[in-house]
Amino acid sequence: MNRTFSKLALWAFLALLVALFLGYFITRVLPDYLPAGRAVPPRLGDLVFYACAAATVAGAAGVAFSRNIVWSCIGLLIALLGTAALYVFLSADFLAVAQLLVYIGGVLVLILFAVMLTNRIGEVNVSNQSLGLGGGLAVFAAVAPLLMLVAVLVPWPVRPPGPMAPTTARIGDEFLSTWLLPFEVASVVLLATLVGAVVMARKELKAD
Amino acid sequence: MTISANWYLLLAAVLFCFGLVGVVSRRNILVVFMCVELMLNAANLTFLTFARQQGTMNGHAIAFFVIAVAAAEAAVGLAIVIAVFRTRGTLWMDEVSTLKN
Amino acid sequence: MTPLESYFPLAVVFALALVLGLALVGLAALLGPRRPSRVKEAPFECGSDPVGDARGRFGVKFYVIALLFVVFDIEAVFIYPWAVQVRELGWNGFATMAVFAATLVAGLAYVWKKGALDWE
Repeated sequence: MNRTFSKLALWAFLALLVALFLGYFITRVLPDYLPAGRAVPPRLGDLVFYACAAATVAGAAGVAFSRNIVWSCIGLLIALLGTAALYVFLSADFLAVAQLLVYIGGVLVLILFAVMLTNRIGEVNVSNQSLGLGGGLAVFAAVAPLLMLVAVLVPWPVRPPGPMAPTTARIGDEFLSTWLLPFEVASVVLLATLVGAVVMARKELKAD
Repeated sequence: MTISANWYLLLAAVLFCFGLVGVVSRRNILVVFMCVELMLNAANLTFLTFARQQGTMNGHAIAFFVIAVAAAEAAVGLAIVIAVFRTRGTLWMDEVSTLKN
Repeated sequence: MTPLESYFPLAVVFALALVLGLALVGLAALLGPRRPSRVKEAPFECGSDPVGDARGRFGVKFYVIALLFVVFDIEAVFIYPWAVQVRELGWNGFATMAVFAATLVAGLAYVWKKGALDWE
């Protein structure tokens, strides 16, 4: 009884901390950084940015907090799609395509396969969750304020970014000049992946 | 570009925090995996934001390697997860503790 | 026309796809008549009687194929920027790329030899 009470108190304290921080953040910090001319109707591109950002955050929340593992997968899909759209806003067109190809077309399918292979849809053991959630909240209370405040408050050296341009050719140049060694190491990493994964899965193949 | 870099960094921070909370609080290995991918994604977003600010391609190259390593990690890691599930019949991290101590 | 605006048609396509999908599913749910019966509620398996559970396990074989796909997917993404610049980068770039590809071909040969590509 006493333990559950102390645990509850810890939770309430952490939740209070998070709420206080968010309140401070929204009322005090954010207004300074909102666009000055609020009367001006926002541009279409900005609206699309906000929509993508909201979808990304919602998807991420779905991944982290959904009880059903299939919903976690769908949340990851939405988060990855939203980030790919944001890459376009950051003038990284080729990386957006790479994100679609590798993450959504590859890694997400792999994760879905693993979900189907292990075939335990939904999480039954909820009692284990409580301890984890307390720890998670503690970590959030410790890390989130720092990261968010740093992200918003620090006056990063703002240089007017150049016009958006296709990046594929420049990435090719970079790979074969500055990043030559990492580039070749990446192929070795992929080789190791092939060998390791086949060695792992071969026993299973024989067992089937 | 009317959206300043701080917003992208804030979004990346939020993504990273969600991923971190998921990694710490969830007990299903597959969900932990997805949260790790989320955190790597947040790192990529940060790299690209600074690449846009600096006008260089270095952030793009690093983001590429992050994507490659994340995919490799997912491939090997999920193979391990499947092997563990086949031998133990569980996905709960607390029950897979043979290597502890 | 800034490049960001050149993505506008893409955005329109995505929006249309979303709206169309939601509209079709939503309208079908709203307007369609529903007279459920036992036969209609049975899972559809190509017309034959359903066998087993819909959430039955996939074989590991599918996973191995997906894994190989992911690895060579990354390879393709890495090769693409080089392919765009192939004339400017010349033979030097070609040699670099050959080393990159050869490493992965070695992996493919290993996988092939170990029999992970055999379906049966």
